[in-house]
Amino acid sequence: MDKSDLFKFCLRLGDSCLIMAHRQSEMCSKGPFLEEDIAQTNLGLDLLGQAEALLIYAAKLEDKGRTADDLVYKRPERDFYNFMLTEQPNTDFAFAVVRQYIMALYLDKVYETLSNVDDETLSGIALKALKEISYHKSHLGMWVTRLGDGTHESHERVQTAFNELWMFLGELYEEDELDIKMQHAGFAISGDEMKSYLFSEISSCLTKATLSIPESIYMTTGSKKGIHTEYLGYLLTEMQYLQRAYPDANW
Amino acid sequence: MVENKKLIYRYLSEISDPEIPVINIVEMGVVRDVLFHGSKLEIKLTPTYSGCPAMDMIHQLVEEKLHSKGYNSVEVTLVYKPAWTTDWMSDETKQKLARYGIAPPLGKVASKKTLLNNEHVSCPQCGSKNTEMKSMFGSTACKALYVCKKCLEPFDYFKCI
Ligand SMILES: [Zn+2]
Repeated sequence: MDKSDLFKFCLRLGDSCLIMAHRQSEMCSKGPFLEEDIAQTNLGLDLLGQAEALLIYAAKLEDKGRTADDLVYKRPERDFYNFMLTEQPNTDFAFAVVRQYIMALYLDKVYETLSNVDDETLSGIALKALKEISYHKSHLGMWVTRLGDGTHESHERVQTAFNELWMFLGELYEEDELDIKMQHAGFAISGDEMKSYLFSEISSCLTKATLSIPESIYMTTGSKKGIHTEYLGYLLTEMQYLQRAYPDANW
Repeated sequence: MVENKKLIYRYLSEISDPEIPVINIVEMGVVRDVLFHGSKLEIKLTPTYSGCPAMDMIHQLVEEKLHSKGYNSVEVTLVYKPAWTTDWMSDETKQKLARYGIAPPLGKVASKKTLLNNEHVSCPQCGSKNTEMKSMFGSTACKALYVCKKCLEPFDYFKCI
């Protein structure tokens, strides 16, 4: 395995976890009730921990003197490789739930695959994260059902969230040169496998939630090349504010 | 330097878990190994959860404790494998948790599927099994929030992981 490939692979995954964690942290004090508010922030904390572990490893693989903090605070938008889905805003609670639910499904499969690879660090991180993500999957899946099979209002909102976020699903099973290399090394499953896994999980969940599968539409692409929706810039502005205003400020 | 693992473990067991003060970090299973490299002492720790905010503090407490015992060169390293599990908690540790008011993890984490099945959590206050989960995530990521339907007290349940 080429070190620079593995670096890029960890960076992509770490970035998605990081941006998800940030979006989740924005839910703090916005949960529908106190217990759920605590749950939402705990989900974010798990993701932040996974992002930290992955980015520390990425920095070590890169071996250019950058730390995980440098990767988080000193890269511009075009150097982030998180999926566009992860940066979509918390329009309402349903959007936050649907976005995190789809990503939990994705991460569950990714970590499952990585837990068996011949790389002590990565398989260790994955084994740990896998147990955490199984709680996310179950908790968020419960919310999709509860909202979908709830009131007219909650049903409409969660259906709208699925419809609007659907076009970002394609990136999760899209393949580029690096993905193919990682598949050959056993670090990833094929795009086709990922697609059928995601569709079967989501459609059984939607059926249970009395929701309908969104129509097939145009799927976005680009985050693997650092192209993003307008939302990432605003997110980074806030996340990186302190380090930009006071470079290298320390806790 | 005295190369005595047992002694180091004894010092480390004087450090309480920052979030559950009745349990020390050795009982918690966070200390994975103690290694002597010449004049340097290496302590391997593993996080309970990836994002456990207590880890940084534990790291600091370990260094402080060992420095105070005369070990000047201490390196704390983080290991992820094998992944921390509640299975490592001894029965005695679980009893301490219960006495403290936290329902201890039930059963063993044999497979991923058993993780989420904890239907008969006993209330640490009155012992009743007539309890209900209010939220899968409690005051910290490692706990779930329950309510006892008999004594009506809310309590934390330490999730199996
Ligand atoms: Zn009770």
